[in-house]
Amino acid sequence: MSRATILSAILSNQPQTTQLPEDLQFDCPAKAAVTEKFIQMINLIGGRVVEIQRIEDINLYATAHYGAGERLITPIEELDFYTQFAGDEDPHQFENIAFAVFKTHFAVAENGAVWITEDRMGARVLPFICQHLGMLVFEDSIVSNMHEAYQLIGSQDYGFGTFIAGPSKTADIEQSLVLGAHGARSIIIFLLKKEL
Amino acid sequence: MSSIKHPELSDIFNKDEERVNWHDDTLWWIRAKRDKAAHGISEWELLRETASQIKNNVLSNLHNYLIEFEEKAQKNGIKVHWAANAEEHNKIVLSLLQGKGINQMVKSKSMLTEECHLNEYLESNGIDVIDSDLGERIVQLAKEPPSHIVLPCIHKKKEEIGQLFHEHLGTEAGISDPQVLTETARIHLRKTFLTRRSALTGVNFAVAETGEFVVCTNEGNADMGAHLADIHIACMGIEKLIPKKKHLSVFLRLLTRSATGQPITTYSSHFKKPRKGQEMHIVLVDNGRSVQLGREDFRNSLKCIRCGACMNTCPVYRRSGGHSYHNAIAGPIGAILAPNLDMKEYADLPFASTLCGSCTNVCPVKIDIHDQLYKWRQVIVKEGYTSSAKTVAMKVMDFTLSSPTRFKLAGKIGRWTLKHAPFTVNNRLNLWFKNREMPEAPEESFSEWYKRNNSI
Amino acid sequence: MRVGLFVPCYVDQFYPNAAIATLSLLKKLGVDVYYPQNQTCCGQPMANSGYEHLTKNCNNLFIDNFAEFDYIVSPSGSCVLHVKDHLHDEKREADATGIRHKVYELVEFLTDVLKVEKITATFPFKVGLHQSCHGQRGLHLSSMTELVDQPFSKPMQLLNQVKGLKIIELTRPDECCGFGGTFCVAEEAVSAKMGKDRVDDHLMNGAEFITAADMSCLMHMEGILKRKNSKVKVLHIAEILNAE
Repeated sequence: MSRATILSAILSNQPQTTQLPEDLQFDCPAKAAVTEKFIQMINLIGGRVVEIQRIEDINLYATAHYGAGERLITPIEELDFYTQFAGDEDPHQFENIAFAVFKTHFAVAENGAVWITEDRMGARVLPFICQHLGMLVFEDSIVSNMHEAYQLIGSQDYGFGTFIAGPSKTADIEQSLVLGAHGARSIIIFLLKKEL
Repeated sequence: MSSIKHPELSDIFNKDEERVNWHDDTLWWIRAKRDKAAHGISEWELLRETASQIKNNVLSNLHNYLIEFEEKAQKNGIKVHWAANAEEHNKIVLSLLQGKGINQMVKSKSMLTEECHLNEYLESNGIDVIDSDLGERIVQLAKEPPSHIVLPCIHKKKEEIGQLFHEHLGTEAGISDPQVLTETARIHLRKTFLTRRSALTGVNFAVAETGEFVVCTNEGNADMGAHLADIHIACMGIEKLIPKKKHLSVFLRLLTRSATGQPITTYSSHFKKPRKGQEMHIVLVDNGRSVQLGREDFRNSLKCIRCGACMNTCPVYRRSGGHSYHNAIAGPIGAILAPNLDMKEYADLPFASTLCGSCTNVCPVKIDIHDQLYKWRQVIVKEGYTSSAKTVAMKVMDFTLSSPTRFKLAGKIGRWTLKHAPFTVNNRLNLWFKNREMPEAPEESFSEWYKRNNSI
Repeated sequence: MRVGLFVPCYVDQFYPNAAIATLSLLKKLGVDVYYPQNQTCCGQPMANSGYEHLTKNCNNLFIDNFAEFDYIVSPSGSCVLHVKDHLHDEKREADATGIRHKVYELVEFLTDVLKVEKITATFPFKVGLHQSCHGQRGLHLSSMTELVDQPFSKPMQLLNQVKGLKIIELTRPDECCGFGGTFCVAEEAVSAKMGKDRVDDHLMNGAEFITAADMSCLMHMEGILKRKNSKVKVLHIAEILNAE
């Protein structure tokens, strides 16, 4: 068995155990600064931020941007185009989704990424296969950096989780940036502001 | 196996100087973006040091981390396979596909499968493989290997890509707009994603603590493949492990900033359990890594997270192109990994460097790349993989330099020759002279001058 | 303080003026400097080619020549770095270790040991400073563009004291010139191209002179300048710091 061969070769060749470094922690900037940085990053990575006061505002956006013939989908119950998921749908049936909206766990200011797990996707493929993507972010859930992000994730269990930062993109042809490689062509962050 | 080595391949690459300039400028621009991103993070050097220490710990405890990872992954419902070498890796993938009666696969970027020459193997066994990363798809259509680990077709001009798309994907002749070409590939590959039952992805990081693995892409191709397929096979070198999930914070902050200057890839997907009804497999591949782990001077090359920063900054890589390294992984990191796999075949690579040290400075996990290049040179010479002419020349040099009298005499003869018989050096046999004039020979050496002016 | 002057082999043979300038500059600054006559080479050309095992004789000779001094100073960052990193001798390891700690490249000797704050030189020209890699990344003569660090430059610190001298900005402030020892012939195509590109950066930014703390890079760039029939000259930094 190669398993045994590999493991024994490693055991005899690995150096003396070294210590893991301490966890990194940095001072948290003020909340307003974090939000501002997040918005700035979203714009930088090719996304767009739409500030909303209530979740239902997303409906207005959807009706303004998508026609009757276009297929919209969301696992967010408050929205008009809510769809119930059993969890074992054939992913191929989502190939013609024009716009899908999801509720994120939190967002990260330093890179514009949002964290979302499978239970909030309806189906794993959805945030990738839809032509255009909407992500609901609660303003008070934005963290400053990735260290805080993983503190929040902690031991959260999931089958699949992902950070998504901006629309899918490629610069493989002569380093010319093109948005809309294989995943979503655009991303809208629906930023739910705190009640004043 | 290539019999043409780096100097000759670079010479060919340099026949088209305009193209060299273009290649150099393109990669330098990425290096500049990397600098901007790094300088935007005041704790950058602390991050590098932390990442380096985490990876050192991984290498020092790899045995246990692998066992821990396997156990957790299995608990999560992932099937774990072990491959001692490329051949075993390829066989495992093939048997997984054959077991499901599958003859078509979609594959996202995996340098490991390039290293193992998986595509050729599967194709010779009747499996059709389509690379889904745009750059990889382009080089696949061109029947070339990638020339860069992050930017596989960085050596190709858009007009050449347009021509390839015209031939293979039916676009109009003469189209070279990246936007149009990318859209064409999107439509073409979407069909592929929707019709393939199997998807293979690489692995950027695997977490021992949780048994999950992370795949980073900008295009979303790994996710499109994996989430649509009945069977997802993820292939990883055994060095891709990290101890704990929280360590991802450090690596995800460093990886893309180092690679392209982006703050993070568009997608950083954490695969922990198979989708309902789906099979998920991980192939853990050694292929020389456990040997490298035993080479004290070279083991920390295994810390590499494949960001490609060392290639973008390398003044030699930028002016010789990825293919001049005749190895799956090009550039400075390729030059310190390759001799471990085949010292004779890759004996030229550690010499394809000026030892300028820029690679070491940009490395996000602080691999001492240029020092290892120096050390590989010593090993390669000792093992007898250099030309005997070079050895003779070096022995003559030692003979000359070890005696002040012989050195002074040789210097005198050399200067005399340059002055009075320049034709003996200013000719085709002298490689220096091809593009450079010889230094002017002074009347007297410094030591002669000193003797004249400071006679005690 | 007794200082031994270490003149690299190719400087001795081809660029005596750089060594003469180094010697007179040190003397001008009141340094008690000696030139051991039996020196040859640090052994770097062999070591970088993979033949470090053939450098025992050079190491031996180096220790014979320099062990006695309080400091060893050389107008070459590259050779100094080699000595610092690789000088060993089984029989005289203590001497070798001593030398590794007291060998200095000229610029760092001036800024760090002598702490020179006033150079009485005049050089009314536009000068491009080439950052030789071994001096910069090896000996840390200046900050490096790759690292997130406070910017500093020891050569610049000295050149700024020279009357009339104007430093030009380069597009790529610390890219390698491509000399690389035997690399310059073993990898001729890339080496020459790197050299051309480096020279062009200086030319495009209006340099009248190119200087560096390493003559080897300058020798390489000089070869290219001359092939281009350019009027731009190379000068070792010691020659500028010593210019009157």
